[in-house]
Amino acid sequence: MSRSRGRRLGAFVFLTPGLTYLVVLLLVPLALVLSYTVFQRGRFGGVVYEFTAENFERLVDPLYLDVVIGSLKIAAVTTVIALLAGYPTAYLIAQLPRKWKTIALVAIVLPFWTNFIIRVYAWIILLSGPGLVNSGLKVFGIEPLELLYNEGAIVAGLVYSYLPLMVLPLFAAIEKLDPQLREASANLGASGLTTFRKVTLPLTVPGVLTGSLFVFVPSFGNFVIPELLGGSKSLMVGNLIRQQFLSARDWPFGSTLALALIAVLLVLLVAQAWVARRA
Amino acid sequence: MRRSKLLYVPFWATYVFLYAPIAVLVVMSFNAGESAYTYEGFSLKWYGELAGDDRIMNGVVNTLIVAVGSTVIATVLGTLLAVGLARYTRSKLLDAVSLMPAVLPDLVLAIGLLVFYGMIQLTLGLYSVILAHGVFAMAFVAAVVRTRLSGADTSLEEASRDLGAGPVATFMRITLPQLAPGIVAGALLAFTLSLDEFVIAFFTIGNAEPTLPIVIYSMIRFGVTPKINALAAILLLVSFTAVIAGQRLTKIGESRAQD
Amino acid sequence: MLKIDGVSRTFGDVTALDGVSLEIGQGEFFALLGPSGCGKTTLLRIIAGFETPDAGTVTLDGDDLLSLQPNRRPISLMFQSYALFPHMTVAKNVAYGLERERLPRQEVRQRVGEVLETVGLSAHASRKPAQLSGGQRQRVALARSIVKRPRLLLLDEPLSALDKKVRADMQLELKRLQHEVGITFVVVTHDQEEAMSLADRIAVFDNGQVRQVDEPIALYERPRSPFVADFVGANNLFPGVAGGSGGIESETFGELAGTPLTELEPGTEALLAVRPEKIELADENAARGLAGSVLDVSFYGGVSHVSVDVPGRAKPVLAAVQGAATLSVGAKVKVRWDAGDAVVMAAGQ
Repeated sequence: MSRSRGRRLGAFVFLTPGLTYLVVLLLVPLALVLSYTVFQRGRFGGVVYEFTAENFERLVDPLYLDVVIGSLKIAAVTTVIALLAGYPTAYLIAQLPRKWKTIALVAIVLPFWTNFIIRVYAWIILLSGPGLVNSGLKVFGIEPLELLYNEGAIVAGLVYSYLPLMVLPLFAAIEKLDPQLREASANLGASGLTTFRKVTLPLTVPGVLTGSLFVFVPSFGNFVIPELLGGSKSLMVGNLIRQQFLSARDWPFGSTLALALIAVLLVLLVAQAWVARRA
Repeated sequence: MRRSKLLYVPFWATYVFLYAPIAVLVVMSFNAGESAYTYEGFSLKWYGELAGDDRIMNGVVNTLIVAVGSTVIATVLGTLLAVGLARYTRSKLLDAVSLMPAVLPDLVLAIGLLVFYGMIQLTLGLYSVILAHGVFAMAFVAAVVRTRLSGADTSLEEASRDLGAGPVATFMRITLPQLAPGIVAGALLAFTLSLDEFVIAFFTIGNAEPTLPIVIYSMIRFGVTPKINALAAILLLVSFTAVIAGQRLTKIGESRAQD
Repeated sequence: MLKIDGVSRTFGDVTALDGVSLEIGQGEFFALLGPSGCGKTTLLRIIAGFETPDAGTVTLDGDDLLSLQPNRRPISLMFQSYALFPHMTVAKNVAYGLERERLPRQEVRQRVGEVLETVGLSAHASRKPAQLSGGQRQRVALARSIVKRPRLLLLDEPLSALDKKVRADMQLELKRLQHEVGITFVVVTHDQEEAMSLADRIAVFDNGQVRQVDEPIALYERPRSPFVADFVGANNLFPGVAGGSGGIESETFGELAGTPLTELEPGTEALLAVRPEKIELADENAARGLAGSVLDVSFYGGVSHVSVDVPGRAKPVLAAVQGAATLSVGAKVKVRWDAGDAVVMAAGQ
C-alpha cells in the first residue's frame, strides 16, 4: 500500500518538471505550428484565425514543389556520396588494431565537434574564385572555375558537415560482424567481392539505413549551408521556411512547409524501421 | 583476412577531406596580407584585431551565458526525467516525447518556439535562447543518463527502499552518486551542443545582442577576412582540446567503473 | 595425401607452431589434440588459408596449398562457432558453396536436398539459424561443409558447443558420416576422450610441437613422453632413474616394475606411468606393493575410482575398479601393478 503510494509520489516528483517543460516548450509550440497551416496570414505578420486551404494549395504550386523536390534530390545525393565515402572508411577502421581504431574514430568525430558555421566557412575559402582549389588548378594551367554558389558546393558542404554521422553507425554495424562469417564465405569458395555482396553488406544494412537517415535528415532541412555556399540561386526547403518566418512574415505558409518537412522525415523513419525489421 | 589495398584510397581520402579545409583555415589565420585567400607571409596581427573586436568578445560572453544557463536547466530536468522514465513508468509515449527534441530537425523546433514566444508576447533575448536550448539539451542529458541507469544495479535502490527510505532519499543517497559520471557526461554534451548551436538561437534571439555563432554568421555574410580565420583557429583549438580531454575523462571513468 | 612439412609460425614473441611435420592419409579420420594455446588451431587455419606460416610447406596430393587463396582450396572448414550466415535460411546456407561453383540451379537444389537428408534436417530447410537448436546448427554447419565434396574437411572443436547428451549422438553421427562420404577428416580438439573415440590417428600437440602421433590405443597404452602420459587420460606417474631390470629406481619407493618403450641407459632420469585401471588394490599384508590408505571412493556407475594416499607421494594414487568398490575410506591397502602394464619413458620433454 505504502509502496504504491511511494511509486506514485516518485513518478510525480521525477516526471513532472521535465515533462511540463517539454509540454510547454515543445508540444505546445509544435501544435501551434500545426494549427497555423490551416489559417490565413495576417497583413503585418501574425495569423488571422480564419480557415483556409490556401497554404496547401501553394505547397503543390510548381514554384514551391520544385524546391521541395530539389531539396530531396540534394539530400539524396549527399547521402549517397557520404555512404560511398563512409562505408570503406568504416570498414577499414573496424579492421584496425584496437589502439588505432580509437584514434581513427576520434579523428572522424573531431571536426564534428567544432563550430558548424566555421566548418561551412572553410569551404568558402576553399572554393571561392581566388580560393585554394582554383589556385591549385592554375598551377596546372586550368582556368579558374565557378566552384562556389551552386548545388555542388551545397553538397560538398553537407557531406563535410554530416559525414561523421554516416561513419559511426556503419562502424558499429561492421564491427559487430563476426569475422568468421567472412572466413566461412571464403572457405566456401567466395571471392572477396562476392563475400562483401552476399555476407558483409546484407548484414550491415541496419547500419547503412541508420547512417543514411542521420545524414539525410539534417541535409534535407538545412538552410545555413545553402545560404552560405549556394548563393541566391539555390533555394532549399529550409531557406523557404526561414524566408517565410523572418522576412516574408507568412507564418501559416512557413508552418505548412515545415509540416511537409516533418512528413517526409516521418515517412523515411517508418520506412527505415520497416526495412530494419525485415533485415 | 587479407584486405584489399584499394580500400585505403577512400579511407585516406576521407581523412584528407575532413582535415584539409581545417588546415587551410588555420594556415590562413597567420596571413600577413589583407586577403583570406592568398598567403602573404606570417603574422599574428589578426589575432590581435580579434581581441579588440567588441562584437566578437560580446558574442563569446553571450554564448557562455546561454550555454551555462541551458546546461543547468537541461542537467537538472534531464536527470530527473531519466530517473522517472527508467524507474517509475513504462510508457512508450513518454519515452518518445523525451527523445523528440533530439530527433526533430532544429529548424522545426526553432520556428515552433518563435511562434510560441510570439503568441505569449515574450520579448526575445538571451533568456528565450536559454529556454530554447534547454529543450534539446535536456533530451540529450536524459538519453545519456538513461544509458547509465540501464547499466546500474536496481537492487541497490530496492535495498534502500526496503530499508525504509522514500523515493527522494533513495534518489539523493543511492541513485545520484551512481549516476554521477553519466550526469557529468550529459552536462558536457549539453554545454558543447549549446556552444555551437546556431539555428535555434538565430530564430529565438530577436534583436538582442547575438551569440558567437550568429556573430560569425553575419561576419561571413558581410565578407571574409583573415580575422574570421583567426577566430576559427582559436575555436578549433578549444573544441579539439575539449574533445580530447573528454575522451581521456571517459576512459578514466570507464577504467574506474571496471575496478 | 595432406603433407605438412616443417611448418612454423610465431605471433610477436609467441611461438604457435615450431617446425611441425605431419602426414595424413586419404580417408583418414585424424585428430589434432592438445591443450588450448598449443598451436593446433593455428595449424588448422594455415591449412584453410587464413594464416600464412613463417616457414615450411603444406601440400595436398603433391600440390602446393600455400600459394592458393582460401577460396580456391579444395578444403572445407567447419568453424567452432559454426559461422552460419544469420540472414540466410538453412537451405541457402548449405547452397552457398555450390552457388559459388556456378553449378546449375537444378543440381544445387538436388545436392542440398540430399545432404539435408543425410544430416536429418530436411524439415528445417527454410528456417533461419537463429530458430535452430545447438545440435541442429552443428548439423547445418556440417552439411554446408560436406556438400561441396571437399577433398579434406577440417573441424575446429566440432562438439565443444554442445551439451553432453547431444555430444554423444553427434560423435557417432560424425563417424558415420565420415565413413559414408569417405572424405579425409581433420579434427581439432582439446578433449582427449573426443579425440580417442573419433579418430583413427591422433597427433598430440604441446607448445607448438607434435609430441606423438599414434593410434588411440597405442597413444593411451604407450605414451612416449611425460607430457602425453599426463595429458592423455588419467595416469599415475612416478619419477626416478632407469634401473637395470627395465623398471625404475625411485628415491622413496625403491625399485618399481615397468617396461621401457625405448632403450634407456641405466641411470638416466625416467618416469614410470601406470593407468588407474591397471592398478591392483591388494590386502595390506600382501607381499608386494606400496602401502597406503584409502582417501576417497567415488562411484561412477560402471566403475569406481579409489584414491589411495601413499606416504611419500604428493598426489594420491588413483585406481579404477569394476563395479562398486567394497573398500571404505581409511582402509589400509597396498597398490601394485604388473611390470607389463607400466610404461617407462625418459624424463624431460
